[in-house]
Amino acid sequence: MELTLGPLAYHWPADIRRDFYARIADEAPVGTVYLGEVICSKRAPFHEPDLPATIERLERGGKRVVLSSLAEVMLKREREATAGLMAAEDHEVEVNNAAGLMDRGRRPHRIGPFLNAYNEATIAWMAGQGATHVCLPAELPGHSAAVAARAARALGVGVEVQVFGRAPLAVSARCYHARAHGRHKDNCQFVCEDDPDGMPLLTLDGKPLLRVNGIQTQSESYVELVEALPELAAAGVSHARLLPQAVDMVAVARVFADHLGGMCDATEARARLAGICAGVSFSNGFFHGVAGYRHIARLGTAH
Amino acid sequence: MTGAEDFSAAGELVCPAGTPAALRTAVEAGADTVYCGLRNATNARNFPGLNFTPEELQASVAFAHARGAKVLLAVNTYPPAGQLALWHEAAAIGMRAGVDAFIVADMGVARHIAETWPRARLHLSVQAAASSPEAIRYYCTHFGVRRVVLPRILTIPEIRAIRREIPCEIETFVFGNHGLMVEGRCSLTNWLTGQSTNLDGVCSPAAEVTFERADDGTMRSCLSGFTIDRFAAGETAGYPTICKGRYAAPHRPEGYYAFEEPVSLNLGRLLPELMAAGVHAFKIEGRQRSKSYVRQVVGAFRRAVDSIRSGHDPDLADLVALTEGQKETQGAFQTKKWR
Repeated sequence: MELTLGPLAYHWPADIRRDFYARIADEAPVGTVYLGEVICSKRAPFHEPDLPATIERLERGGKRVVLSSLAEVMLKREREATAGLMAAEDHEVEVNNAAGLMDRGRRPHRIGPFLNAYNEATIAWMAGQGATHVCLPAELPGHSAAVAARAARALGVGVEVQVFGRAPLAVSARCYHARAHGRHKDNCQFVCEDDPDGMPLLTLDGKPLLRVNGIQTQSESYVELVEALPELAAAGVSHARLLPQAVDMVAVARVFADHLGGMCDATEARARLAGICAGVSFSNGFFHGVAGYRHIARLGTAH
Repeated sequence: MTGAEDFSAAGELVCPAGTPAALRTAVEAGADTVYCGLRNATNARNFPGLNFTPEELQASVAFAHARGAKVLLAVNTYPPAGQLALWHEAAAIGMRAGVDAFIVADMGVARHIAETWPRARLHLSVQAAASSPEAIRYYCTHFGVRRVVLPRILTIPEIRAIRREIPCEIETFVFGNHGLMVEGRCSLTNWLTGQSTNLDGVCSPAAEVTFERADDGTMRSCLSGFTIDRFAAGETAGYPTICKGRYAAPHRPEGYYAFEEPVSLNLGRLLPELMAAGVHAFKIEGRQRSKSYVRQVVGAFRRAVDSIRSGHDPDLADLVALTEGQKETQGAFQTKKWR
C-alpha cells in the first residue's frame, strides 16, 4: 500500500507552504503528493506562482505529483480554473467536480473524494470514461469500501482511502469563515489564513465539534485508520491518504510508513500519532459504520 | 413511461408528497407534478412514517394521471457498494407504477436506468450538486438527463446565464426548508448519528433528537446528545438541524448561527423574474409536511403562477403570508452577499 499526501485544504501563507512541501519532498515517505486549491478559488492566486517550483522540488524528491481540482465549481473563475487544469497534459489530474469530468473527457484522470464514487456501478462507469484511480468518500463504511475496492481493482483502477486528518464533512457556496467575522465571501479579506488547522466550532456547552475552513466544514477530531490498514490492503485499497494538518506531517507519514513496513505495531503507531498531534482527538467511526466522531477500538469496545 | 412527451409549459409547479394522502391533496390543490419516494434508503427523505409502498405508488400514479398531473419518483441517494439491488428495485417499481420521470443523483443509478429503460425520463437531483453548465452537460450527454434541479446557491442572473448553455430544463426550489450545505456533499448528520444523508437519505433524524430543560428554564435541543442550540425560558425551541444550529468560535464565545439562521426559503416575490430567466419548473420542498401545509402552499403558488401566465401580477401578499411570523429568506437567489 502506497502512502499519499492529499491536497492541502487550508489557506497557509505562501512561505509556510513552500517550506512545508520542501520538507515533504526531502523527508516524507509518501509516494504521491496532490497539489492544488480544492476549497476556495479566491485563494489560488496566492500560491499558483510557486506551483511550478513546488512540483519540480517534489519530483526531484522522487514523488509523483497529481494536480487536484476545485470541489465547488460555479463562478466563471472556477469554471476557467477547472478547464485549465483539465487541459494539463504533463501531470495527472484529480477531478473533484463533474464540471472537470466534462472538461477532461476520456483522457486519463483520477477521481477525487468529492465526486461521490460510493459504489461499484459508479466506479465502473467512471473507469469506462478514463478514470484510472479513485479516492473513496470519507463516510463510506469499511465493508462497503472493501466491495468498492475489489471491484475497482478488477477494472485496473487504483483505490485510495483517507487514513489521517480531519474528515471533510460539507461544502457550501457560503464562506463560514467570512461569516464568522461579519463579512461575506466577496470581501472576506482572507481571514481563513488565521486558522492553519481550521476555525474551531464548539457546542454552546463548550464541546469542540467541528472546524470551519472557508466554505468547507470539517470534523474537530482527526480520522485515524491505523488499525484498519491491513483490512483495507487485503480488500485491494492501493493507496492510503494523509491529509495535511498543522502538525509535523513528516513525522505522521513516518508513523504510517513504519507501521506498513512492520516496524511498529498499531498500538505503538497510535501512541506516536497521539504524541505528534498533541491535544487532538481521533476518530474512526465512519470506517466502522457508526457515528463518524466515535473511536472504536478492536474487539468492538467503544471509547 | 412516455419519455419523449413534453412536460407542461414553463411555470410547472412541482409539489411534495410524503404520503398518498398528501399526494392527493397536492394534486387537488393544483400541482402540475408531484414528487415522492419509496419507504427506504433510496430517497433523500427516508423519514419514519413517510413515503410510499409499491402498491401505494401505483395507485397514486393512477390518481394523478387521471387528473392530468405527473408523478416523479426520487431515487436520489447514493447506493453504498454492495447494495445496488435496492436502488435497481426502486427503479423497477417506478417503471411498473408508470411514473413520469426519475429524480437521480448517482452516476451508477442514472446509467442503470438509462440503459435498462432508454425511454425513461431522468431529472438530475439537487443531490448531484451540478452547479455549472459543464457539470449539467455531463449528465445530459451521458445519461440523457432532461431536467436539472439547481442547487439553491445561484443568483437569478447566474441562472439565466446557465440556461443559455445547457440543453435541458431547469427546476429551482422556491419554497420550504433552506439547506445551507451543497446537497449530496454533506456528511454532518453521519458524523453525529451514524446515519448518512447521502447513503441513507437521513438528515438530523428525529430518533436522535432530544430537548433538555435545565433548572433555570433554558432548553437545549440536541442531536445524539450534542447541543445544537439553546433557548431561553419561554422561547420556542427549534428542531436541531446541524447547519441551523448555534455554536461558539474563539472570537464568538457568546455563540452564533455559524452557518445560517433557522429560516425558510420563500421566493414568492421572485417568481416572475425566475420565469423570465428561463426556469421551467418550481419546486416546493416539504415531503415531511402535513396535508394542510401542502394544500395552503400549493394553492397559493398555483394562483400566483396562473396570474403570471395570464399576464397579471401575482398576489404577492398571498405568498408572503405563507411565512409570515417566521424568518424567511431569498437565500442566494437575490444577492451574492448571501455567500
